[in-house]
Amino acid sequence: MSRFLSLIIAVMLLAGTALADPLGLGRVAEPDEIAAWDIDVRPDGTGLPAGSGSVAMGEEVFVEKCAACHGDFAEGVGRYPALAGGMDTLQDERPTRTVGSFWPYLSTTYDFINRAMTVGYGEPASDDEIYAIIAYILYSNDLVDEDFVLSRENFTSIRLPNEGGFYMDDRIQTEHPLFIRPACMKNCKDEVQIIARVETAFIPADMNRDGSGKTRLAIGETLFGQCRACHQIGDGAQNGVGPVLNGIFGKPAGSNDRFDYSDAFAMMADEELVWDFDALNAFLKDPQGFIPGTTMNFTGIEEDFDRNALIAYLQAQGP
Amino acid sequence: MLTAGPTLAGDPAITEMQPWRRDLGDPIDDALYGMPSPFESDVTRGRVEWLTPDAYTAINFTPLHELDGIITPNGLCFQRSHAGAAQVDPAKYRLMINGLVDRPLVFTLQDLLRFPRENRTYFLECAANSGMEWRGVQMDGVQFTHGMIHNVEYTGVPLRYLLDEAGVKTAGKWLLAEGADAAAMSRSIPLEKALDDCLVAFKMNGEALRPEQGYPVRLVVPGWEGNMWVKWLRRIEVGDKPWHHREESSKYSDLMADGRTRRFTWEMDAKSVITSPSPQAPVLHGKGPLVVSGLAWSGRGTIPQVDITLDGGINWIKARLSGPSFDKSLHRFYYEFDWDGRPLLLQSRAHDSTGYVQPTKEALRKLRGVNSNYHNNGMQTWHLQSDGRVENVEIS
Repeated sequence: MSRFLSLIIAVMLLAGTALADPLGLGRVAEPDEIAAWDIDVRPDGTGLPAGSGSVAMGEEVFVEKCAACHGDFAEGVGRYPALAGGMDTLQDERPTRTVGSFWPYLSTTYDFINRAMTVGYGEPASDDEIYAIIAYILYSNDLVDEDFVLSRENFTSIRLPNEGGFYMDDRIQTEHPLFIRPACMKNCKDEVQIIARVETAFIPADMNRDGSGKTRLAIGETLFGQCRACHQIGDGAQNGVGPVLNGIFGKPAGSNDRFDYSDAFAMMADEELVWDFDALNAFLKDPQGFIPGTTMNFTGIEEDFDRNALIAYLQAQGP
Repeated sequence: MLTAGPTLAGDPAITEMQPWRRDLGDPIDDALYGMPSPFESDVTRGRVEWLTPDAYTAINFTPLHELDGIITPNGLCFQRSHAGAAQVDPAKYRLMINGLVDRPLVFTLQDLLRFPRENRTYFLECAANSGMEWRGVQMDGVQFTHGMIHNVEYTGVPLRYLLDEAGVKTAGKWLLAEGADAAAMSRSIPLEKALDDCLVAFKMNGEALRPEQGYPVRLVVPGWEGNMWVKWLRRIEVGDKPWHHREESSKYSDLMADGRTRRFTWEMDAKSVITSPSPQAPVLHGKGPLVVSGLAWSGRGTIPQVDITLDGGINWIKARLSGPSFDKSLHRFYYEFDWDGRPLLLQSRAHDSTGYVQPTKEALRKLRGVNSNYHNNGMQTWHLQSDGRVENVEIS
């Protein structure tokens, strides 16, 4: 090696060393600063504060601070998540993922409630209250008895049913060998058919359309013909056999105070059902199944696309 | 055909004097921070109301069908927050590094600006991008099927430099990255990744981060799911084990058909999509020359090749890549051809630098079922109809 090259390498090494050395920037974090921000809790219990709370106390705190979004029984409201139930549903067509049915570690509940549910969205809660809320969530999942008290001392003895249900990402081993291979370029299959579609709503006014081109809204409007015998919608709509449906999307169920609802419907109103997408979708698929005892004489709409279109139409109607 | 002599058939856009020719334009002081033309006012992020509980823990979508090249303009980068977009005062910004380190440290924004910095362009894709399509077609437009992605040039300090400053103890194997917002978003990241290519970024596309993207400082975790790119970054803790926090156990984990769940599915596998034509970008010009344009990316490297099919996957053609090919960044592809007006079934297929070829959605469903919510990198099919409309379809 020439002396010149050696010199260049020596200079590069020096430059490299200079970067790897601390620059002396920043300052030492004080213990009270670390205490203020280091709030995390781990499955081995690291980070849990002293404290305890009972199921009974938890029920009171939960109803006061959590139930508006998560329901009195931790069953979830609207699109806010359910925290209880769903045991043994993880292989179902529609699994319910809750603390009891899905979450692997109880420590995650403490960490998350303290981190994100006692500020912003939620209500401030003391350490004891957080233990109590978790005790109540465990009770709602039938994982502890009603006289259970959760504390820092017994916290890690509680293991959640699905802890063993998680495993490390294995796509490299199980999937990549299937997809790292030469790709077919010619005559890769015999024929192709469309098996599902979302008919597009994006049709510019100036587009040349053939006779079949209908928007989802237009399809929804046609479908609403089946509802029109009993329901009115639009300007000047009045209650008839069924209530007026203006602005029904997003409205609480049974909230038309000029309409005399069936007992079944009144009960849904008491349970604060809101007509969001999921609720309308479930109701329109199977009215009697979703609200047993409803007097609405309609068997439901089987096709996902049609329900979607009808809901889009309902959503598009003003209040 | 050229017409001789004076006629009234000329294009009024030419023959009539337009206001922008006749009158002075706007004075330059009118837009000290420039905005797009009013004629582009419909090019915005879009939300799907039913998808999330409210407007704070919510997501909106990048209008991919309106964009070209590889860079996403800052104001159109999709936005996901778990407790709203925090407005952090930079004078009160602090970044703490604690845990298994020799010196727990606190940095101000000014401290960060004194470290050597780097400029790198990366895509950020939400793990749930295309998640609504697991059970079958649902969303009406590429903005909503694929718009949980953006591609930005970041300026920032390699996280490695900050960790060196604090001195990671030998037992340190994991980091917890934590945000300063009302969700105090937290994710566990293996130390190996942090030392490899993570950035602590303060600029996007040359200017300060937007509030909804983590102003003043966010973590950049190249190629890995967007949730890990903690915004409003306030703290890095070094530990010996992962934390298993909410967004890496109950969420952002992939439930398989057998009821078991993959955790720590960090990398975003290779994926592509045709952004135009697409449902929101129909073909208005009829038959003749047609430009197909799209995006491809991989969390595991670069994209050396993208294939296009016009017949639903019977035959494939190599698309033309144009623009820079950066590691873990969006790549832009084109395919230009003479459309005869017949209906087409358009798909694109990305190959990444590891040799991985983007699979069909059906192939993924066979492996994972339909309840995994996240990491749907299957091929998208658009049905271009004779009249120019485009539908989101699934094919056999």
